[in-house]
Amino acid sequence: MRFKSSSLSFRGAEGDEESRFSFGVALTAMILCLCCGGVASAQSSTYGTYGVGKTPTPEEIRAEDITISPDGKNLPPGKGTAKEGAEIFAQKCAACHGENGYGGMAPILIKPETPVKSSAPCLAPCIGPGSVIPLHAPYATVLWDYINRAMPFRQEGSLKPDEVYALTAFLFYKNGVIKEDEVLDQTTLPKVKMPNRDGYAIPDWKPGMPRPFPNKH
Amino acid sequence: MVSKKSPTTKRAADSTKASRRKFLATGAAAAALGAVQTTAVPATAGQTPAPEAKSLSDLIAYGERSQYVKSVRVPVDERPSPDEFGLTFHVLTPLQDSVGVITPSSLHFIGTHRGSIVPDINPNEHRLLIHGMVDRPLEFSMDDLRRFPAVSRVHFIECLGNHSKAKDKTVQETHGLTSCSEWTGVLLSTLLKECGVQKGASWVVSEGAEEVKGAGSIRLAKAMDDCIAAYGQNGEAVRPQQGFPLRLVVPGFEGIYNTKWLRRIKVVDRYYMTYNDYGHISKNEEVAALTFQWGPKSVITFPSGGQTLPGPGVYQLTGLAWSGGGVVRRVEVSTDGGETWKDAEIRGAVHPKAHTRFGMDWKWDGRECVLQSRCTDSLGQVQPSRAELAAFFKVSPDYYQTHGVQGTDNTIQPWRVASDGSVHNAI
Repeated sequence: MRFKSSSLSFRGAEGDEESRFSFGVALTAMILCLCCGGVASAQSSTYGTYGVGKTPTPEEIRAEDITISPDGKNLPPGKGTAKEGAEIFAQKCAACHGENGYGGMAPILIKPETPVKSSAPCLAPCIGPGSVIPLHAPYATVLWDYINRAMPFRQEGSLKPDEVYALTAFLFYKNGVIKEDEVLDQTTLPKVKMPNRDGYAIPDWKPGMPRPFPNKH
Repeated sequence: MVSKKSPTTKRAADSTKASRRKFLATGAAAAALGAVQTTAVPATAGQTPAPEAKSLSDLIAYGERSQYVKSVRVPVDERPSPDEFGLTFHVLTPLQDSVGVITPSSLHFIGTHRGSIVPDINPNEHRLLIHGMVDRPLEFSMDDLRRFPAVSRVHFIECLGNHSKAKDKTVQETHGLTSCSEWTGVLLSTLLKECGVQKGASWVVSEGAEEVKGAGSIRLAKAMDDCIAAYGQNGEAVRPQQGFPLRLVVPGFEGIYNTKWLRRIKVVDRYYMTYNDYGHISKNEEVAALTFQWGPKSVITFPSGGQTLPGPGVYQLTGLAWSGGGVVRRVEVSTDGGETWKDAEIRGAVHPKAHTRFGMDWKWDGRECVLQSRCTDSLGQVQPSRAELAAFFKVSPDYYQTHGVQGTDNTIQPWRVASDGSVHNAI
């Protein structure tokens, strides 16, 4: 779902808003252009006007890049099932999140049949019973990515891909999103049908764009 | 300035000052008692805990404020920060004591992704990696970044959680998750152009170096507009709590996009939906459209909740106004509960997407009254009242007594001055 730009009243550029800065901006732009002109003509390049910085090797980038696309791009090889995940959860997660995935000092991960008040504080973002991540996240990759980068507490980033797939499978299974025997991997994870798949809108944004409310009086 | 501090203020301040290292070394019990102040001095060698008692030469080397000035930050809802695990949560700026438009770096509000441990980063080892849909991925050292042209711009940063609630007593509690600094660094557009953004790219995902590697997504249009990879804050290195040695500043946007300890930027072709993004999503298109960019907002900081006027007479009514949409064009003040409005003076520098100081002479006649301010920005947007917001969302006028405001809360803040001079939150 996308925000309908037609319902917004677009305004032009900043107008006279930043007049006191326009000189500085113009000057900076001029200097940049001069630099571009000078260097770019020599290099005939669409980028790299300063020649500053080191070019990382593909291996160096791979070692750092843990950003996962909702379509699964950049998911590493590996696989896991809910059964395997249950064991890992008991070992590495239950101490904070509760034996059953709720009632612990960390946010609820498994929505209980009868609602319980979260004992966890409202963190950023605020994960309450209404926004349990395996149910509320529009994409399965959101959960995979966060477990991978930020769990478990104090040993962040230590889980192997197989463990992350298994924990993700376990939490999806316990929340009724997948079946117990489903194997999650690079191919199957992005295909998990999330209950909240269409549960978000993305607003359009352009420089100088007002918000839809309040409107001009 | 007249102010009344809650009894918890002292304890909270001590907790805030407690050294993380001491925490980790001696555990929660010692930390709960420990009020050892450590001052992290950003230097090329990284942050080093100061000795427990400061020598005169230390005070000459790095000055401190007068012992009589007591203005301090307090944690949201008195939640200890750092907590017993060393995690830092949201901490509020004492806006009631502020003058001018710059928030002292020591009093800048704190928010972290999930609640994280403020990392101790050696700037000589820190790198910013830019990759993804670029012609040439590049990694920059801090020295590399200083070889690009720098900008210094005054901008506020405000957390989405800056909602005024009826239970909040002071302006620190209602509005303390906004602060304003002069940020110095390289425009992100300069760095992205250096890498050569490829056709089809539409979003960037920024990531911090802290243990949870907090990440957030912004549109490429914003990244190329006015974002700053900032290494300077108010004339010195960015403070560790604010992202030392490098943070992203996304002017006018919700605080969570201003990634601290900026380590990596990936240019991508779609909205990536990180954990932090997911926490902010809304299915309601109108609510979603009230996120990202802050609307026009203002608040009277004197007189404000918890303060007491000693008696009738002339006072300087003052406050702060700002907008994520641009420059503050006008601030109006009502001293009669919104019946009539009068233009306040803009007192000081006016910067886009920055706190702007306003004020006016005000004579209090000793009778109960309600004070409020209203900001108009350069896009023509006018700060709404909660009643106007309720009408927009078609909910009852008292809806916000029990529910949070949709999106970012930029509604008008009323303060009630009682006949005894005490000032109260009248939201």
